[in-house]
Amino acid sequence: MNIWQSVIEALESLNSNKTRSALTILGIVIGVAAVIAMLALGAGAQDTILGSLSGIGTNLLFVFRGGEDESIRNPAPLTIGDAEALTDTFSAPSVEAVAPVLQGNAEVSFGGEASTVTLTGVTPAYFPVRNYVVVEGEEISEEHILGRASVILLGVEVADTLFDRREGLIGETVRVEGQPFRVIGILEERGGGMMGSQDNEILIPFSTAQARILRRSPADKVDVIFVQAVNADSVLLAEEEISQILAQRHRTAVGENDFTVFSQQDMVDTASSITGILTVFIGGIAAISLLVGGIGIMNIMLVSVTERTREIGLRKALGARKRDILTQFLVESSLLSLVGGLIGILLGWAIGFVVGVVATNSGTPFEPVVGIDAVLLATLFSAAVGLFFGIYPANRAANLVPVEALRYE
Amino acid sequence: MKDDIVISAHDLTKVYKMGEMEVHALCGVSLEIKRGEVVAIMGASGSGKSTLMNTLGCLDQPTSGEYFLDGERVADLNDDQLADIRNRKVGFVFQSFNLLPRSTALSNVELPLRYSGTSGGRKEKARLALESVGLGDRIQHRPTELSGGQQQRVAIARALVNNPAILMADEPTGNLDSKVGQEIMDLLLNLNKEKGTTLIIITHDRKIAAQTERVIRLHDGQVKEEVAA
Repeated sequence: MNIWQSVIEALESLNSNKTRSALTILGIVIGVAAVIAMLALGAGAQDTILGSLSGIGTNLLFVFRGGEDESIRNPAPLTIGDAEALTDTFSAPSVEAVAPVLQGNAEVSFGGEASTVTLTGVTPAYFPVRNYVVVEGEEISEEHILGRASVILLGVEVADTLFDRREGLIGETVRVEGQPFRVIGILEERGGGMMGSQDNEILIPFSTAQARILRRSPADKVDVIFVQAVNADSVLLAEEEISQILAQRHRTAVGENDFTVFSQQDMVDTASSITGILTVFIGGIAAISLLVGGIGIMNIMLVSVTERTREIGLRKALGARKRDILTQFLVESSLLSLVGGLIGILLGWAIGFVVGVVATNSGTPFEPVVGIDAVLLATLFSAAVGLFFGIYPANRAANLVPVEALRYE
Repeated sequence: MKDDIVISAHDLTKVYKMGEMEVHALCGVSLEIKRGEVVAIMGASGSGKSTLMNTLGCLDQPTSGEYFLDGERVADLNDDQLADIRNRKVGFVFQSFNLLPRSTALSNVELPLRYSGTSGGRKEKARLALESVGLGDRIQHRPTELSGGQQQRVAIARALVNNPAILMADEPTGNLDSKVGQEIMDLLLNLNKEKGTTLIIITHDRKIAAQTERVIRLHDGQVKEEVAA
C-alpha cells in the first residue's frame, strides 16, 4: 500500500471520530503554540535589549572603581587625573574620547511640580561618547565647565513631568536640590534602557555637579569614566591600554587591579547569554506541554488500537503485512501531530504578535521574532512527537496475532 | 485439473496453552482437498473446526505436522509470506461479515487489492467482483445501508477479488435467515462452478453440508469420518 492511500485512509479514520481527533490535536496545538510564542518573545526580547545596548554608545568602554571581585580591599577612587591620563594619545593611542561623570539622584522642581531624577555631571565629550543628541538648544561646552555655569539639559520625561511639553523650554529656570538652573537644551528621546528609562535624566556641567550638587570626597573623585575607542577593532586594545595606565597610577600589584574596565561588547555578550538562557528555559517549560500533548496522542492511539482489534485482524486476514498495519497507525498519529503543529505555529505566531502589539502600545517597543528556524524546529519536533508516541501503539497493532484479533469482541 | 491437490495436510496438531493447562485443539488431522472441490467441515463446538480453518487458511501455524497449500510448505514461511499467501491464495468469508463499517462496498472489496500492491484498475476489478455477486448497483453503499445478505455478498466479492485458489467460509449463513442463507449458498456453489474455486465451508447446518461434495466430521480434534455427500 503506498503512502498516499495510507494518508487518505488515516484521514477517513480520524474523520470518523472528530471530537476525539480534535481534542488530541488541541493538545499538540497548545504545546507547539507555547513553544513558538515563547521562542518568538525570547528572540524579540533579545533584539530589544541588544538594540538598546548598542544605543548607549559606539565602541564604548566603562571604567568603574573596585576590582572584579570583593578580594580587593580599599580600592582607590577614580579621579579627574585618571580620566585625563587616559586622553594621552601616546600611551593610549586606541582611545578616541574620555568622558568622566558624576552620577546621582537629585530632586528637580519647577513651580509646584517636583520629580526625583538621575542627575549626571558631564563634560562636552559625554555627548559624542554616549550618542546623546540635543533636539533643541545646545550641548554643555568648555565655557560652562570653566564657569561652573548653572545650566541644565532635560530628558524628555523630565520635561513632560515639569512642563507638560517638550518645546520652547529654553531659558526657563528649574531648581535642582533647591538651586536655580537655566534650561539650555532638551535631549532626544532614547527610550527604555536596561536600568529604567533613559529619558528621566538631567545633565549639568561636571564642575557644577562637583562643586554644588554631588560633592564627593576626595573632591576630584569621579563615579564612572566612559571611554570611546577609535574603532570597533581597537576596543580590546583600548581596554588593555586603560588597564595599564590606571594600574600604574594606582600602583596596584599585577592581577589586583582596584578598578574594572568593562566594554560594551562585554555587556552585549552578557545580556545575550542571559536572554539566550532565558529563552531556552521558558522554551523548555513550553516544551513540557508539547510532551504532554504527545502522551495524549499515545493514549488515544492505544484506545484506537484496542477498539479496532477486529479490524486489524481482518486486515491481516486479507493480506496486510506487519508493516502495512504499522504504517497505517503511524500515519494516523503523525497526521494528528502534524496538523496540530501547523495550527500551533499559526496560533503561537498570533500570540507573539498580540503580545508585541500590547507591549508596544504600553511604551516598550518590542517585536516578537518568529524565525524560520523556530518554525522548522516546531514542525519537525511535532512530527517526531507523533512518530515517537505513535510507535508503541502501532507496534502493538502490528504484532497482533490475526486469529486472536479476529476473535476479539 | 480436478485431480490436482490444493490442500494437503499430514498429522496436524495444534496445542494452546491456557495457563498451566494444555489444550489440544487438533490431534493429528490429515486430509487432502482437490482443486475445485466443495468440502464441508462439520463438528460440535470445541471439536477444533475453527482451529482447522485458521490453520488451513494460514491465519495460524500448526504446532506440528506438515501442510502444503497449493504446493507451498506453509511451515517454512515467515509472517510476511503468510500475509502474502492469505492475500493471493485464500479468500475468507466470516459469519459476522467483518466489513469495514466506514468504507463503501467498493472500497471494502478493493482492500485486498491494496495489500497485494495491485496498482492499476483496482476500482474496476472491485466493481466486477461486486457485479459477479449481484451487487453492481450498490457499490457506493456503506455496510450499514445494506441488508445482511447483501453484506455477506460484499464479503464474498472481497474474498474473490484476488482470484484465490481457495475460499474459506466460516458459518457463512449463520447470521442469515434460511431463505437468504440459501441464496448465499447458491451464490457460493455457482462461483465454484464458474471459476473452479475450491470451497471449504464450516457449518453446523446439515442442509448446507448436504449441498457439498464431501463432508469431513471432526470430533475432539480428530477426523471422525469423511463421507461423500
